[in-house]
Amino acid sequence: MHKLKILVITITSVLLTYASIAADTIKVGVLHSLSGTMAISESTLKDTILMMIDEQNKKGGLLGKKLEAVVVDPASDWPLFAEKTRELIEVHKVDVIFGCWTSVSRKSVLPVLEELNGLLFYPVQYEGEESSKNVFYTGAAPNQQAIPAVNYFMNELGIKRWILVGTDYVYPRTTNKILEAYLLSKGVAKEDIMINYTPFGHSDWQTIVADIKAFGSAGKKTGVVSTINGDANVPFYKELGTVGIDATDIPVIAFSVGEEELAGLDTGPLVGHLAAWNYFMSSESEENYACIEAWHKFIGDDSRVTNDPMEAHVIGFNMWVKAVENVGTTEVDVVRPAMYGLTVPNLTGGIAVMNTNHHLTKPVLIGEILDDGQFEIVYETPAGVIGDAWTDFLPDSSVLVADWTPPISCGNYNIKTGVCSGQNY
Amino acid sequence: MLNIGEDMNKFAKLLVIIFMFLNINNDSFAQNIDELLAALPSAKFSEKEVLVSKLGDLKTETSIKVLKSLEKGTLYFLRSSKKVIYADKTEEGYILTDILTSEIIGKVKKKKIKRISLNNKLRKFTRTIIAKSSLLSQKPHIRIHSAKVIFGSRSVELLPIINEALKKETNDKVKKQIEMTQARLWLLTEDKKLQEQSLDYFSNNTDPKVQSVINEFIQNLDTEKNDSNLLIYNKAISVVKKIESDIKFFKLIENLFFGLSLGSILFLASVGLAITFGVMGVINLAHGEMIMIGAYTTYVTQLAFPNLIEYSLMISLPFAFIVAGLVGIIIERGVIRYLYGRPLETLLATFGISLILQQLVRSIFSPINRPVITPNWMSGMFEIHPALSLSYGRLYIIIFSITVFVALLAILSKTHVGIQIRAVMQNRSMARAMGIKTGWIDSMTFGLGSGIAGIAGVALSQITNVGPNLGQNYIIDCFMVVVFGGVGNLWGTLTGAFLIGIGNKFLEPFSGAVLAKIITLIFVILFIQKRPRGMFALKGRASEINQ
Repeated sequence: MHKLKILVITITSVLLTYASIAADTIKVGVLHSLSGTMAISESTLKDTILMMIDEQNKKGGLLGKKLEAVVVDPASDWPLFAEKTRELIEVHKVDVIFGCWTSVSRKSVLPVLEELNGLLFYPVQYEGEESSKNVFYTGAAPNQQAIPAVNYFMNELGIKRWILVGTDYVYPRTTNKILEAYLLSKGVAKEDIMINYTPFGHSDWQTIVADIKAFGSAGKKTGVVSTINGDANVPFYKELGTVGIDATDIPVIAFSVGEEELAGLDTGPLVGHLAAWNYFMSSESEENYACIEAWHKFIGDDSRVTNDPMEAHVIGFNMWVKAVENVGTTEVDVVRPAMYGLTVPNLTGGIAVMNTNHHLTKPVLIGEILDDGQFEIVYETPAGVIGDAWTDFLPDSSVLVADWTPPISCGNYNIKTGVCSGQNY
Repeated sequence: MLNIGEDMNKFAKLLVIIFMFLNINNDSFAQNIDELLAALPSAKFSEKEVLVSKLGDLKTETSIKVLKSLEKGTLYFLRSSKKVIYADKTEEGYILTDILTSEIIGKVKKKKIKRISLNNKLRKFTRTIIAKSSLLSQKPHIRIHSAKVIFGSRSVELLPIINEALKKETNDKVKKQIEMTQARLWLLTEDKKLQEQSLDYFSNNTDPKVQSVINEFIQNLDTEKNDSNLLIYNKAISVVKKIESDIKFFKLIENLFFGLSLGSILFLASVGLAITFGVMGVINLAHGEMIMIGAYTTYVTQLAFPNLIEYSLMISLPFAFIVAGLVGIIIERGVIRYLYGRPLETLLATFGISLILQQLVRSIFSPINRPVITPNWMSGMFEIHPALSLSYGRLYIIIFSITVFVALLAILSKTHVGIQIRAVMQNRSMARAMGIKTGWIDSMTFGLGSGIAGIAGVALSQITNVGPNLGQNYIIDCFMVVVFGGVGNLWGTLTGAFLIGIGNKFLEPFSGAVLAKIITLIFVILFIQKRPRGMFALKGRASEINQ
């Protein structure tokens, strides 16, 4: 009997200490691949969040508690993303997750998030057509990247003939579908649009670059819109350089090429080709200088670059901290409504606003590649652009809106029929 | 903010004017260039265009040098004083040079200075202005370049200058280029006679570069077609037709070259596997990582000898062979030799090794791709005909892959080790009975295969990214080539690689890259169904024993 009593006391005390330790920290889940194909892009984002947590803890933590990062490695394996999310929420009891890069990984995580009512901040530009109650999209929707980029090509460069090249998966396919519909609506003839897809990691671009050259010789100013993903960009640009397609003849604007991708590249032949983002490392603002300095200090390497998804994570993290401070709890159902209308400074000298469709208001920047792997900002939208979850240029999507505040409280509300279609994502 | 900037600008201009009055003795050009330079830092892109053309009008050595520096991106200004200077990047910072005096002012960190920015339109404009002033340069290749730039510039107002340059030109090659530029500018004039003259010129000198120019001309004519320009219209159409038939003919050769180039890369990547898998029968899934190691060796060599970039590939070749070969021998001695005759276990073990090697590279070099510089002799195009140019880099790789093939054949048939390797491969127990150390030969063979893969990595570093996933991207193709060509036969690997490469490239224009790859794979699968031993199957006793 006595022994049993001791056992019970020990167990309760262990449980209590465990509970008190658990209560002392607020756990932040980091769901980025540290191995496999996507490690190239995602490991930087893991470091970004660790840096933000470190800084916040130096400021005294959050709600009087320290922040604690729980880093897991989904290893570029899409189903593993879902498993790791479950682990983060059920085992580690994290209050928020920052993570994912590819759309496939986000789609695989969504059901788990919605089942367990988690909270995910997704930092990468994506194809839109989604708004989940449990996800905040801090990257660009198509109208915050693709459409302004095409407008720049059309109005500033006078492009009349379009080549849409992309890697064969969901983001380029959807983006190109939207862009094609948009171009046709602007009066571009069907024969002036060429669409081309290549497999992941495509490395032999000779034929396609020759095709681009041939398509560009029809006597109209030609431009290339590239949604080529990841590794395949390097050989693509190398081939453009060898064949001698200069940015002043046939400019290429890319949606997936940033400072980080250019770091692995001899940028000499690429000078003048463009990219569209919401942030460039060369942005001149005090916030940006401070962030770059903090990043270099944290990572211990002055040559490391910053990029757009990193800015998205910085904005997302700051917003979440602000929302938690405002409501005094990390409870998802309380924090979520507190996010709407929140503003934090972005790194390009403006203000980022979280909208009720879970997308940000951000400026759109167009940059030209410089020989040092940085971008010269040649155009900036005069005001911030509100992220649009459902594009206006596809007939099925143009009638949908996302608004997570009453009375709609729905991610895909059909304004014609007046019903929430019930599709969760 | 904007107003303050403009005020500052006005203030700066005022200062310049005061300065002008104070230094009346100074020559007038210096003042003028001063004024233009002072306005550069705060100018918008549209204002810069005016400044650039004014700088060009000065026609002095200094002003042209400023424009060239602007085009090259070495023209900066000091953030503090807005003074425009030349800045050259070095390891420790930027070395600043005064524009007027050409004296070195000092060395600063990047934060202190800002580049005077250009956009594409302005860059093209600046290039044209520079070209205009260097049309009469001493060096023929600069004159050719200038004529080419003006060809692409659509600046019809430069026609008088071109006419004049043509009169003075004595070099035939340059003359031809200037004539072409002249004809191109004629097309832009309103003068029907000049247009006709231009079309006559182009119908005698077909060049695909003018295809777009003439197409544009036709499109402009389309809008105002009438009897008077019908003649010109028909002429233009016939020129375009001529160019198109030219292109069509050379397209075939070009495609063949593309195919050979892809084939040579496939061959290089898979020939090492042809030895380890083909000769030894080891299903080596870590083969791709040997290629990766070779590519990283190239990167490290370039880091180690930053002054020898031009020779870095040659230097890397032996290093890559040794490093990858040693890794191969370690793998063979450490793991594979315990697994001979157990293909499934070998497959799993080598797959594990490939993952370990990938993650090792990620830990050492970071998961981010490493930049490998392309030496100058590898870049550029070799122009056979205006409609057909081949890139030097690809050409060298084709030659290199053939060299590797010949060298390998020689090693296997002529050297002592090569003969022993073949003996072990054909009949292991008999070879052992003859006193050959089969264990040692196994190691050597595996090392040779891995070393060749390392050499392939050096070549691939010029074509694709050097990153941890490099090997993974090629391993499937490698197995496909080896199995298709016939296991254990180098000739088979060579033919297989080139057939797959050429087939792929001829399919691609019709089917797109994704489908072309799928069709090739299906074809290989069907072929293997019909001939399980590939194209060049080993015959006789060897093949039976090796089963």
